[in-house]
Amino acid sequence: MLLDKTIEELSTGLKQKLFSIEELVQECYENIQKYNPKLNAFITIINKKEALRNAREKDKNISRATSKLYGIPFLLKDAYITKGIKTTAASFVLKNYIPQYNATVYQKLLDAGAILLGKMNMDAWGHGGSSENTDFGPVRNPWDLTRVAGGSSGGPAAAISSRMAVFAIGEDTGGSIRNPAAWCNITGLKVTYGRVSRYGTIAYASSFDTVGPMAKSVGDCAQVLEVIAGKDMYDATSSSKNVPRYSELIDSPVENLILGIPKEFFQEGLNTEIKNCILNSTKIFEKSKIKIKHISMPMFDYGLPVYYLIGPSETSSNLARYDGIRYGQKRKEFTSETVRRIMIGTYALSSGYYDAYYKKAQKARTLFIKEYDKALSECDVLLMPVTPTPPTKIGELMTDPLQNLLADVYTVSQNPVGVPSLAIPCGFTKNGLPIGMQLVGSMFSEDLLLRVGHIYQKATDWHKKYPKLEG
Amino acid sequence: MKDKEFEPIIGLEIHVELKTKSKMFCGCSADYFSHKPNTHCCPVCLGLPGALPVPNKKAVEWCIKLGLALNCKIPLFSKFDRKNYFYPDLPKGYQISQYDRPFCVNGWLDIKSQIPNSKRIRIRRVHMEEDTGKLIHANINGKKCTLIDFNRSGIPLVEIVTEPDIRSSEDAKIFLKQLYQIIRYLDISDADMEKGSMRLEPNISVRVKSQKFLRLPFSQIQDKRSGQAKIKSNNELLDNNDLPNYKVEVKNINSFNFVKKAIDFEINRQLEILVNGGVPKQETRGWDDKKNITYPQRSKEEAHDYRYFPEPDIPPVRWTTNQILNIKDQIPELPYKKIDRFIRNFQISQYDAMILTDDIKTANYFEECVILINRFGKKSEISPKIIANNIINKKVNINKNTPAEIMNIIEKKAEKFHVDDKELEQIINKLIKQYPKAVKEYKTGKTGVLMFLIGQVMKTLKGKGDALVIRKFLEKALQ
Amino acid sequence: MKNRNNTISIEEVKHLAKLANLTLTDKQLEKIPKELSSVINYMSKIKTLNTSHIVETSQVTCLENVFREDEIEEERMFTQEEVLSNAKDTHNGYFKVKAIFDE
Repeated sequence: MLLDKTIEELSTGLKQKLFSIEELVQECYENIQKYNPKLNAFITIINKKEALRNAREKDKNISRATSKLYGIPFLLKDAYITKGIKTTAASFVLKNYIPQYNATVYQKLLDAGAILLGKMNMDAWGHGGSSENTDFGPVRNPWDLTRVAGGSSGGPAAAISSRMAVFAIGEDTGGSIRNPAAWCNITGLKVTYGRVSRYGTIAYASSFDTVGPMAKSVGDCAQVLEVIAGKDMYDATSSSKNVPRYSELIDSPVENLILGIPKEFFQEGLNTEIKNCILNSTKIFEKSKIKIKHISMPMFDYGLPVYYLIGPSETSSNLARYDGIRYGQKRKEFTSETVRRIMIGTYALSSGYYDAYYKKAQKARTLFIKEYDKALSECDVLLMPVTPTPPTKIGELMTDPLQNLLADVYTVSQNPVGVPSLAIPCGFTKNGLPIGMQLVGSMFSEDLLLRVGHIYQKATDWHKKYPKLEG
Repeated sequence: MKDKEFEPIIGLEIHVELKTKSKMFCGCSADYFSHKPNTHCCPVCLGLPGALPVPNKKAVEWCIKLGLALNCKIPLFSKFDRKNYFYPDLPKGYQISQYDRPFCVNGWLDIKSQIPNSKRIRIRRVHMEEDTGKLIHANINGKKCTLIDFNRSGIPLVEIVTEPDIRSSEDAKIFLKQLYQIIRYLDISDADMEKGSMRLEPNISVRVKSQKFLRLPFSQIQDKRSGQAKIKSNNELLDNNDLPNYKVEVKNINSFNFVKKAIDFEINRQLEILVNGGVPKQETRGWDDKKNITYPQRSKEEAHDYRYFPEPDIPPVRWTTNQILNIKDQIPELPYKKIDRFIRNFQISQYDAMILTDDIKTANYFEECVILINRFGKKSEISPKIIANNIINKKVNINKNTPAEIMNIIEKKAEKFHVDDKELEQIINKLIKQYPKAVKEYKTGKTGVLMFLIGQVMKTLKGKGDALVIRKFLEKALQ
Repeated sequence: MKNRNNTISIEEVKHLAKLANLTLTDKQLEKIPKELSSVINYMSKIKTLNTSHIVETSQVTCLENVFREDEIEEERMFTQEEVLSNAKDTHNGYFKVKAIFDE
């Protein structure tokens, strides 16, 4: 299957005309047609004929291709604005919205010659960790169809896991790339805040939102990041820091790096199988001469409150534009989860509660930054779980709003701080459900995270496993 | 009513649209006036999903410039905030504004109400924000509806807020006129009130000096915009302790005269309530310029809580002292300084100086002419005063002619009217002999007769000559 | 005070809904006060954190003074047709909404 190949292999193969873009795109559509009815990963599938026409056109010009992403089929979480292509954020509020412009990340991928195949299902507005809070039906986990795919970028994760395209762009506000990546056995990168432009990304929580790649391997994530990262004059919070050649740097040595294990992330509440599996992976790192250091990050307990006060505050403001006048439907279309978050945010910002909640959380955020600074001055990379449990049963998280939050407990504290985090597959439960772990580094240390992740993937083949969905 | 027992307390909020080329947070053309609706819009000013704001540097610099011209302090750290409320003309559901870290704070403007005395009006803050879209109330097929045009959405808007230091409608008008003049001098806005690029909102309350029931501390008044604790300058704490515990805002007035009338109307309306033992309601009112009355505006919503928080999409602003000095350097000499200098250097009257400095173009023109005086030779008859007279009385057209051309015209006129000293002496001597009776009367103190003699001289000169010069020569001859 | 549970009343929920421009159904009005109270109580854990002398962080870019030059950018400006393309109700180039009683 062409879709098992890495971007590097595909790009080389296309240039050498071992196979064509058309064949690659054709293969994607075969898998989409076979598996999407089971998974419900797509909200919009790009017209197949159109995509194939686009592919043939690109095949003609393959010799002139400059980007490795030329002719590579990809998917976008439906939080990205695509001109002329319906964009919903998985909410009926935007069920008929046809955008008038392009998100920067989409435009960059178009310019590189990549081919969009679909807009993916998710938790509406990013509000959720299971892709059940969607007006388009829940996304199902390709490893167990009775379970959730994770969220909020569940659609992209399920689709990449089941080989419907080569890579996807997810969006991570409190774990939305990493959580579904872990539960679907793919690799996902939450970038440093400001590394990739947010222009044209439907905002959930503006100071947490990040745009990042989801793919089969660390190498593929590096290829995509190289294309989408960089300063954007339309996003004042995007960084003008130089974009390294990530894909070339991933083979750089890792000897003597220090990998920190914060004990608070491995205590009560973490599923034993997941805990053992992740701690076991340290052997692989040690073999590569990475040193292990046990550390403490006592702010851990405050991660959810900080995330869940600031995130909803910003979302209550970000979602104010959906008034049904210029576009979209009326506000009564918001799901109850979204209504809840808007209400919590409105509460935290309102007169009389602002200091006790919003402002207090912003102060706690400063303490988190200090704690991460300290941990990352003692260590180069931190190793943490992504999710406390394996994928939950569909419906399980929807009954209790607090349980729903706890699914994000390990991934919410990186976003308020801004640091990057790479989620990679590291094994399976005895029931055959995927387990992921995350590598967290200091601001703009994506190259380092990718290097460490790549060493692990060179030594293991967890990331190469994919679900059997036939029959 | 007994004026001594009551005193109006007036503050002003003024919104000014800057005349930058592009909008505040996007590159759309800011030249929207009288264009077709919804043709000056992009994802940002239309509040589309995913769009992000990037602030216009020039607009921010101009805001600082205005603050400096109003003697404000410029805090080195500043930021934008979101002001959250719903209204159909506000596309994002929040306005990007500034809350607790405005660009300019604690300034003042001296208003010249009773020349030569002046009164200081403190400026609380000058901050930067964005304009909203425009609503048009229409009736289509017998159905009332509201139409929205977003061309104005995102136009840079500066808000100037004074302390409640104004005590009369006349002073409010003078303040506004001076502010208008400064804005025009800085060349940062048309400040055209007809077009709505300068919008005026007085807030008025009346203090009863003798009674105590109104003297609640001002700090107990909840700021109705935020519901949050009000930010105060030290001055305010000191000064406003016995301000009335209500204020009435009159919204969006578009002329200085209407502001004056609205304030006067409000003072009387509120006084009447106070005299009858009541307390006027804290509210927002509109101005009806046909009936010359204010009227209660239906409040947009009962709940006012703007939930300000720092705008996460825009990094904060930090100035260096040098940057502020650079902006300060760009500020031209402002009207009040110019007036003083003109009086001092050119020996013209305060009245003339005020007229000449009314707009910067005339003032500059006048000065260019004055500079040219020396070029017109040693004994030129032209004085700054003569130039001033010519410009003020519109005897010359400054829009048509260059200063040099004007000077030629004035010079020629002067030549035409010029009378040789000797000729004048001869004529006067002749007249003294002709009218001995008048001379005698003059010498007994009836100086009024001088006018008669001047008239006779001018008659002989057939309209030539300068009355002042003739008078001087006559007086000398009659001694 | 620290240990007192916050309960959010129906009245408060109505007020918040008004601020947030949300129309809640009766069912939501019944459920939300309880849900909000439980979430807020969980978040109130944050009150136990000592944050004296700590400055709040509202963004993590470490950037300052990001501006654009005052230039017109025609490429991003829409035609009137594009502006109105997703609107439910328009009239002569305007967006149209129910009459707003302001005056």
